[in-house]
Amino acid sequence: MRRRGFLAALGAAFVTGCNRVAESDAGAKLLGAAESWHKRAHRLLTDRKALAPEYPRSAISPYFRGNGSVDPQNGDYQAQAAAGFADWRLEVRGLVESPLSLSLENIRKLPQRTQVTRHDCVEGWSAIGEWTGPQLSIVLDAAGLRPEAKFIVFRCADNLNGEEYYESIDLLDAYHPQTIVAHLLNGEPLPVRNGAPLRMRIERQLGYKHAKYLTAIEAVDSLEDIGRGQGGYWEDRGYQWYAGI
Amino acid sequence: MKRHALSTRIWHWVNVVVVVILFMSGLAISNAHPWLYWGDWGFAPEDAWLAVPRFPDWMTIPGYYSLALARDWHILAAWPFALMLLFVWVVMLMNRHFGRDLATSPREWRPSALWADIKAHARLDFDHDEGKYNFLQKLSYGIVYGVLLPIMVFTGIAISPGMEPSFGWLVELLGGRQSARSLHFIFAFTLLGFFIVHVLLVALTGPVRQIRQMITGGAGDAA
Repeated sequence: MRRRGFLAALGAAFVTGCNRVAESDAGAKLLGAAESWHKRAHRLLTDRKALAPEYPRSAISPYFRGNGSVDPQNGDYQAQAAAGFADWRLEVRGLVESPLSLSLENIRKLPQRTQVTRHDCVEGWSAIGEWTGPQLSIVLDAAGLRPEAKFIVFRCADNLNGEEYYESIDLLDAYHPQTIVAHLLNGEPLPVRNGAPLRMRIERQLGYKHAKYLTAIEAVDSLEDIGRGQGGYWEDRGYQWYAGI
Repeated sequence: MKRHALSTRIWHWVNVVVVVILFMSGLAISNAHPWLYWGDWGFAPEDAWLAVPRFPDWMTIPGYYSLALARDWHILAAWPFALMLLFVWVVMLMNRHFGRDLATSPREWRPSALWADIKAHARLDFDHDEGKYNFLQKLSYGIVYGVLLPIMVFTGIAISPGMEPSFGWLVELLGGRQSARSLHFIFAFTLLGFFIVHVLLVALTGPVRQIRQMITGGAGDAA
């Protein structure tokens, strides 16, 4: 028992030391820098168009778990859901030549990509599903991205813990062939828990990047003035903006 | 007894700190979803082959529940861990430390030699063989250097979604992402096992002298 007490004290002392480092400016910078080293290493080792693995339909998991918001109660989401999302609009705005407001019908009429991919949650679990929707690149090209645009921000209908969910990616991921605006999961309209009626698929990154309940796609040159400035709901709470790690 | 090379000593102590950070932040990450699966997917306790106990705060980095900060520590420490492992391997092959002190000969694998070595070990008699290390020590260090530490790097790479477009073969080789995650966990605890035995044996066989040797190299040491 005494030995265990000693080990616990040693562990706690080490943890306290680590916390001090993390709370210091230099420590926080170092922790942030490590993330960008990983991003650079990944991009050095991987072709910008290299695909995440795609599976046969037989590999689809029997259920696709929902996480975070699974049934948004804020705004008019419930009314929209009851109406089968008939009036849902997806806006494309920000640093674009011609802003768009797309209906689900518009989106279904664009060229479609179907992909069976694995979804990895930051918590550690994985599920496999088949997603269908237009590539984000087609939508962005239709609106005409202005040269100042550096990031694409995704606006969502759901509030999580009382704050708006949002996400962002850079143009490299925005123009990746597997980055799609999905409206079908396993051939059916998206279930509410998985982001009905529209969600992003950004297959080379973790689940929290794949914004659900998508209402707008916004081209911006900086993430500073959005939310708390870290590029996403979870990023504002300390998570890595580059979620390929 | 030969001196520990400077490269070995630097690697050893940097590695202690880095591995402890990786292990403790890893336990914090495990707490976020404490179930392990085989294959490509898995998300529900009923599909898990192991429900991992929740690790108390004094074992985790940070010392409270924060998956975000635990991941920050884990992916920071991953850099010195992998790069120093590469460094120590390159030096070990170049300065012949590996060939001279760690590689085993077929003679040492004979059952009679093995049995004699095990008996000597049980008596805590470690200076019974020519060379720096006896067979069981060579075997343990060889497995740690050559298998356990590298496999932590490779299973870590395999669970990074951003690496998979280039390292899909590795994920497949390991049996899918959830298998890679399970293996990452299993080998982390295998390393903990080595760590405990390693510290215990040092403690039983002249801890002060051995720790001094790992710091100074052993200059002026009569033993």
